[in-house]
Amino acid sequence: MALSRRTLLGLAAAVPASAALAACGSSGPGTSGGATYWYLNGQPQEGVRAGAVDAFNKAHPKEQIKDTTFQNDAYKTKIKTAIGAGQAPTIIWGWGGGTLRTYAEAGQVEDLTSWFDEHSEVKKGLFPSSFGAATVDGKIYAMPVEAVQPIILYYNKKVFDQVGVSPPKSWDDIMALVPKFNAKGIAPFSLGGQSRWTNMMWLEFLFDRIGGSEVFQAIIEGEKNAWSNPDAITALTKVQELVKAHGFVKGFSSITADSNADQALLYTGRAAMMLHGAWSYGIQQADGGDFVSSGSLGYMTFPPVEGGKGDQSDTVGNPAQYLSISSKASAEQKKVAKDFFATGVLQDAEVKAWIDTGSVPIRLGTKKLLAASKSADFLQFTYDIASKAKVFGQSWDQALSPTAAETLLDNIVKLFQLSISPKQFAGNLNAVIGK
Amino acid sequence: MSSLTGHRPRREPRSILPWLAVPALVVFVGFAVVPLVGVFALSFTTWDGIGTIHPSGLTSWRAVLTDPGLPHALWVTFLVMAVSWAVQTPLSILLGTFMAGRQRYRAVLGVVYFVPLMLSSAAIAIAYKALLDPNFGLGAGLKIHALSQDWLGRPGLAFGVVIFVVSWQFVPFHSLIYQGGVQQIPKSLYEAAQLDGAGRIRQFFSITLPQLKYTIITSSTLMVVGSLTFFDLIFILTEGGPGDATRVLALDMYKRAFQASLMGPASAIAVILVLVGLALALLLRRLGGRDAGASQLEGA
Repeated sequence: MALSRRTLLGLAAAVPASAALAACGSSGPGTSGGATYWYLNGQPQEGVRAGAVDAFNKAHPKEQIKDTTFQNDAYKTKIKTAIGAGQAPTIIWGWGGGTLRTYAEAGQVEDLTSWFDEHSEVKKGLFPSSFGAATVDGKIYAMPVEAVQPIILYYNKKVFDQVGVSPPKSWDDIMALVPKFNAKGIAPFSLGGQSRWTNMMWLEFLFDRIGGSEVFQAIIEGEKNAWSNPDAITALTKVQELVKAHGFVKGFSSITADSNADQALLYTGRAAMMLHGAWSYGIQQADGGDFVSSGSLGYMTFPPVEGGKGDQSDTVGNPAQYLSISSKASAEQKKVAKDFFATGVLQDAEVKAWIDTGSVPIRLGTKKLLAASKSADFLQFTYDIASKAKVFGQSWDQALSPTAAETLLDNIVKLFQLSISPKQFAGNLNAVIGK
Repeated sequence: MSSLTGHRPRREPRSILPWLAVPALVVFVGFAVVPLVGVFALSFTTWDGIGTIHPSGLTSWRAVLTDPGLPHALWVTFLVMAVSWAVQTPLSILLGTFMAGRQRYRAVLGVVYFVPLMLSSAAIAIAYKALLDPNFGLGAGLKIHALSQDWLGRPGLAFGVVIFVVSWQFVPFHSLIYQGGVQQIPKSLYEAAQLDGAGRIRQFFSITLPQLKYTIITSSTLMVVGSLTFFDLIFILTEGGPGDATRVLALDMYKRAFQASLMGPASAIAVILVLVGLALALLLRRLGGRDAGASQLEGA
């Protein structure tokens, strides 16, 4: 066939274009080769995660895991998109609960129930309470890993001494402390309000302390108008009272938790207290200079609210982190992932690394290691919370479906902005119950 | 483009021209038309982005159109568009006219003004976010009280910051367009005006501005249609907050799609966004008159 100039030109034009189009389709995790694994960045936790992967890769030259890290808020959207597009990593890092349910119902993650039956020694070695958020309709879809992370009330002892006050023993104490700190130009509470889930932790505790764990349980179970429970309204009103009293640091609604600016406010003494996850201890230790080692970091459980019905031992947070296996991965990748679960997760070195960051790993039988750590007091404190809690509630945004969680987070910001009333908040959220 | 065709040598084989459009067409169809049709179809479904897609008729449209969030997002989008246009246009014209001068120091300044354009929106947003941090930012660091406001935490202020940063980023680009426009104005017009005794200011209003008419339309179209898609900058600076004070339509779409897993309603918003963009582009084209492609050198 003779090539005319026209055909040549056409080819010349079309080839790069089609090559460009084809290139778009081939990015993302491939289905051949080793397993892929995405998780959150941010030290010191990132280092522990990477360490476990490196150790596994060294011990298994034929089974390699390629890891990629993401920022918290970015990851939450990225992973959903990737799973929906069939581009999920082999090993999906997550928080279990409502999000895991959407993956499981869409058939995107492997059912691990039978694997855990075959590897009962793995299951027996972990905190039994950690399996709740990994279970959807009686089947296990994720391996609990890492550490138990209850939410803790931290305070800066130096600042308390300087102002001459003692830590709060009740909600009324908190409200009484607020003007005392403000008078000295110190923010009573640090808060990374732009991240939204940070504000949510306040509601989680206030709901529990005022109305007991049943209030949120009714919401999860889809009871009609459960957000309008009078105890819920009281809790919402109390948090707005705290905002109105300038209980939170100036500019809290533009501070993000991903930048750790909220942590810095506490260890630099610009804020007196902070409600945050147990992982915060490791961050304060890593970034705060001698703040933790000099014993200036105080910690306690959220105090009771006068007249409240909640049990003081109740806590909320992350019972563990969760690893699922993508059902779209190749058989070879799935095998690598399962081998990682069996022989690469929470091995002695990783357990020790978690303890060094001030976290309590969810592996059983670590009491001695915990006691020998330089953070022994804090670890014992966390361990006791986790093991003695009558109810260990899961973080709300993870327990709810993504749709309901987004409405919740959006309205929480407006509540803290004082742009909606507790009643409007309840009304907006009643509309997404069970969705 | 139409003005170029007038200069096309007649002898070149006509049949090659359609072929030259193929690469652009492939990219346009692949990355604009196909997704557009897909989004339109998705707006009549219910989908969480992960499971199966269920056709659901007008449910998504009903949800979006009855949501008070939509008029609010439209209003914020319009405000961003109007205010950023009103801030950027005079600044760009003045800077462009200034940079069009032949003096060397003006060329040097022109390069300096150009710097923000070379930074990515994400980098700009992160830098401003750090500078404006109420506790660790510029104001707090230098102990300048006036600067340590809660810039991104109060609705009015946050909106102002968004406009400022957007202008800071895009004024250089539009100045460049105007610089080119001013340099094309024939010298003879100014010489004639000088002979008639017109001063600098009179020359600016009577020659430069009228001659820049089509440049203004081009630049305004880019600004207005571009402002519909401001996303990265606002997303990083404020995430649409505080509350929903800076939640523009594009951000609303993203939040519904990828945070709330509501692909149906998000697609409906995407369709609205496309329609608004098209309507605006057409409107501006109209404002420019039917002969928008004609020579700008009338009277020369």
